[in-house]
Amino acid sequence: MTTTPLAVEATGLVKTFGQNRAVDGVDLRVEAGTVYGVLGPNGAGKTTTISMLATLLKADAGEARIFGHDVRREPQEVRRLIGVTGQYASVDETLSATENLVVFSRLLGLSRAESKRKSAELLERFGLTEAAKRPLKNFSGGMRRRLDLAASLIAQPPLIFLDEPTTGLDPRTRAQMWDTIRELVTTGSTVLLTTQYLDEADQLADRIAVIDHGRVVAEGTGDELKASIGTASLQLRLADALRLDAARTIVRQTLGVDAVASPEGSRLTAPMAEPDRVTDLLVSFRDAGISLAEMSVQKPTLDEVFLTITGKPTTDAADEDAQRELEGSIA
Amino acid sequence: MTTLTPQAPTTPRITPRPGVGGTGIGATIRQSFTMAYRGLIKVRRTPEQLFDVTLMPIVFTVMFTYIFGGAISGNVASYLPIIIPGILVQTNITSSIVTGVQLREDMDKGVFDRFKSLPIARIAPLAGALLADTVRYAIATTITFITGFAMGLRPEGGFGAVVLAGLLVIVVAWAISWIFAYFGVVARTASSVSGISNLVLFPLTFLSNAFVPADTLPDWLRWFSEVNPISHLITAVRELVNHGAVGGDLVFSLVGAAVVVAVFAPLTVRAYMRKA
Repeated sequence: MTTTPLAVEATGLVKTFGQNRAVDGVDLRVEAGTVYGVLGPNGAGKTTTISMLATLLKADAGEARIFGHDVRREPQEVRRLIGVTGQYASVDETLSATENLVVFSRLLGLSRAESKRKSAELLERFGLTEAAKRPLKNFSGGMRRRLDLAASLIAQPPLIFLDEPTTGLDPRTRAQMWDTIRELVTTGSTVLLTTQYLDEADQLADRIAVIDHGRVVAEGTGDELKASIGTASLQLRLADALRLDAARTIVRQTLGVDAVASPEGSRLTAPMAEPDRVTDLLVSFRDAGISLAEMSVQKPTLDEVFLTITGKPTTDAADEDAQRELEGSIA
Repeated sequence: MTTLTPQAPTTPRITPRPGVGGTGIGATIRQSFTMAYRGLIKVRRTPEQLFDVTLMPIVFTVMFTYIFGGAISGNVASYLPIIIPGILVQTNITSSIVTGVQLREDMDKGVFDRFKSLPIARIAPLAGALLADTVRYAIATTITFITGFAMGLRPEGGFGAVVLAGLLVIVVAWAISWIFAYFGVVARTASSVSGISNLVLFPLTFLSNAFVPADTLPDWLRWFSEVNPISHLITAVRELVNHGAVGGDLVFSLVGAAVVVAVFAPLTVRAYMRKA
């Protein structure tokens, strides 16, 4: 497939907690120098997967190598190659920002003077210099995440794991975090990040693995994934709910797809692969005398990616088609 | 589904930059001291955690001396040489429980995930926490002796013997804290750690010669009190403080401490790594 060195190479990773197969045979290949997104809802097994790759958890089955080093047999080598930023800021609450970074630097073998210099440099880079001496209790969520990320960069590891780096952040802080992550890549690091937001994976990641119930259900570039479910969906609300069947027929004729009727009966949702053809649809509606109360275009959400890819809970023919299409597009 | 074609591991191995982390003896000691430094910053930021080693020794010493003094030794002054070593050992060992409790609380926080992901010796976060807590024992020891002096204790062993006795108690408390560190690592919650630990320690400290001479006890209890390692430690402290004497009890205490560390340090590290 490629000759680029692989930063992460995992095959068949399994982790079971009691009855729950949290990770159920995950395969991942991350090329060095890229950003790889692992996309999935809460409880899909993202954090567990990262924990196994970062030597925090032992896999029940399967293998994983980080830059060619086996995580089970050479955990210390692996730890020297990675930086881990957890889902919840993994820094010390009672310590100040500087103290946190100095402690981590000293642990990594930097001298006292080097630790101080490195900490100051990182605080400067992450815009935390002013807050350096304050205890972390007074830090905002965004500041905490930035400090967390700074702590992961002390040893300049070639691979950085970011577990949901922006969950719970406000939009502005989120955008700042995105810029920071993009910057990381320009310095040559490989980033493996998990996220619940399609948007975020799309913005940052070169390739995305969609994970659900501990399995990779789709893998590809952001464009491939989105193409597989239609770039957006068209939402129509009819003035007269009785004309719903007629409207569905027209959608099938003009767009060539099956529209899904909402439970309350007056709303239709149809995948919109080619926006141009919506004009034809509207003209057909007018000709048929069907009037619309509302029309909107909705971008694909993670929910829809999921519904489409996993085919659950609505196992429509359209969904299965989309899944075949997706598999075809990335095979 | 899978789009991955199995491929031989031809990936060029990237070797880490030299000098990052390490697990040699020198590195392990340095990392442990760094972790202890972290522990001390935490103590400085949350001084209320020191209640058990500052106020408790004062309250216990004053309370027990006046309650039991007259009954056991006829008067307070002649009870002090008996009770002060008892309180000293009891306070120190009780406060070593806190080590386990705090370790559990600490491990529940995200920062321990980071420690686990660092290329450092696995024992360093544990050893550092235990090392930092010797400061707590030193505070408890100093305060107990000062309270004793204020109440009229005049150790015949002299100042040097008192310092030596203090060091002995601190070393043994540090050794015993490995037991509670083990509980801390294997337990699920911090409150269960303190529950189990108190259950073990309460009888051990009270069924000893800490407060009353063992010969006043019924036979079966005297037997227990005499084999109780805590009694040996208390006797060692009494001999040092009151007579400046070094005896078999001191050797027994140090050997016992060494055995506890030899057993529980590896157990604790193993349990910590399994949880990792």
